Amino acid sequence: MSKGEVDYVPARGGFSFDLCRRNEMLLNKGLKPSTGNEFNFWKIPSYCTWDGVILGADTRATEGPIVADKNCEKIHYMAPNIYCCGAGTAADTEAVTDTISSQLKLHRYHTARESRVVTALTLLKSHLFRYQGHVSAALVLGGVDVTGPHLHTIYPHGSTDSLPFATMGSGSLAAMAVFESKYHEGLSRDEGVKLVCEAICSGIFNDLGSGSNVDICVITKGQKEYLRNHLLPNPRTYISSKGYSFTKKTAVVVAEVLLTKITPLKQLVEVIEGGEAMEE
Amino acid sequence: MKLLDSTDSGNSSSIERTQYPYVTGTSVIGIKYKDGILMAADMGASYGSTLRYKSVERVKPVGKHSLIGASGEISDFQEILRSLDELILYDNMWDDGNSLGPKEVHNYLTRMMYNRRNKFDPLWNSLVLGGVKNGQKYLGMVSMIGVHFEDNHVATGFGNHLARPILRDEWHENLTFEDGVKLLEKCMRVLLYRDRSAVNKLQIAKITEEGVTVSQPYALKTFWNFNAFQNPTAGAEGSW
Repeated sequence: MSKGEVDYVPARGGFSFDLCRRNEMLLNKGLKPSTGNEFNFWKIPSYCTWDGVILGADTRATEGPIVADKNCEKIHYMAPNIYCCGAGTAADTEAVTDTISSQLKLHRYHTARESRVVTALTLLKSHLFRYQGHVSAALVLGGVDVTGPHLHTIYPHGSTDSLPFATMGSGSLAAMAVFESKYHEGLSRDEGVKLVCEAICSGIFNDLGSGSNVDICVITKGQKEYLRNHLLPNPRTYISSKGYSFTKKTAVVVAEVLLTKITPLKQLVEVIEGGEAMEE
Repeated sequence: MKLLDSTDSGNSSSIERTQYPYVTGTSVIGIKYKDGILMAADMGASYGSTLRYKSVERVKPVGKHSLIGASGEISDFQEILRSLDELILYDNMWDDGNSLGPKEVHNYLTRMMYNRRNKFDPLWNSLVLGGVKNGQKYLGMVSMIGVHFEDNHVATGFGNHLARPILRDEWHENLTFEDGVKLLEKCMRVLLYRDRSAVNKLQIAKITEEGVTVSQPYALKTFWNFNAFQNPTAGAEGSW
């Protein structure tokens, strides 16, 4: 079987179909294709102690001395079993986690397996290193995959750590003080959530860059709980007990807007089939 | 940087000012408890990033009623101790039955630090001043630019970031001596883990109406046997 010389054309983006011919050949030889619906099932023994990862974050986004968003979401979705908390420049953390999340999804389709935390870690780490620290994203990546629970920190220049507990951001010292004094192994789920809440609250009340509410995300094998606004330790101070009523004038303006009639315009454009092609 | 002193008319002698500290001590933590004041500081003094001296006493008694703890430049602390010695000596020489209490010493230190800062030649220290006089407990702090205040618990240096959250959560009125020491040790342990210039050799000083006791130096127990520390690259050989 002689193969003719194929001119090598470098990829210019988009999807790569290089392996299609090879897949076809394998199918002809009798290989069963993997569908997207196959997943490995694991039995959780009942004698195991609670095993998983708990992520927590505050909800304040600042623009210098001003609070730009008092209830933002800092716990980003990466995969059904992996979540990532981001500190630093909000645009950078959002963009980087979204990019890697979509890369992970494509990888899941390609391999028909659950994503692993180290995959996300390596993708994030190489992306951040490539930009030499200019992408100002400090991340705490946590998740549970087939190899067990994992927790990693990723710094803006691309270095990573694997730790039992980790904090990042301006409130990291206040939160770390709580972890260093109160963390021990063998915490149950509720104790763990309580400890993470305490650490975030310590950041909220002792650091000016953190504030508002506490978000929690609990990830265990096979399931995750995203507890948005799990704690609201900063409620509005003065609320009128009588409620708030609006004067009659405001009601009239609202009604006028709702009653506006819409008249459709007549179509004046004619579509001609088969005209001449545009000049380039 | 050498500048001309404005009071020296015609004489072009150059005056040097403290630009940066050389030998520095790290944080000091102080709390009020039931019978008086407890203060803790480690015994290390660093020369830049070298741990040069490991037996520096950074908490010292002042007169009959006060304790002073200092972080920052050690030579400036020794200068302050000399000034305070002179102050207490003159006060004793009056022999009038009254002696300077912690509030007075705190005020003296504030004036000294603020004046030096106004001459652009600061004493590079953050001082903690605590004491008991006539049953009244007093705990205050002075920084190198003259910022001074009085509070139930104070911390300098890194202790501001690491110890203050713990103290705000867990300090309460009428701590017993044992609880106070446990609280201070908790803060010093976190500082030992997370401050690069901390040493595991600390002294805790206590002042009550009866007098001052400075403990012998001792070390804290630390825990390093977390599961995640044992094999951090499990599942991903080659990473760290």
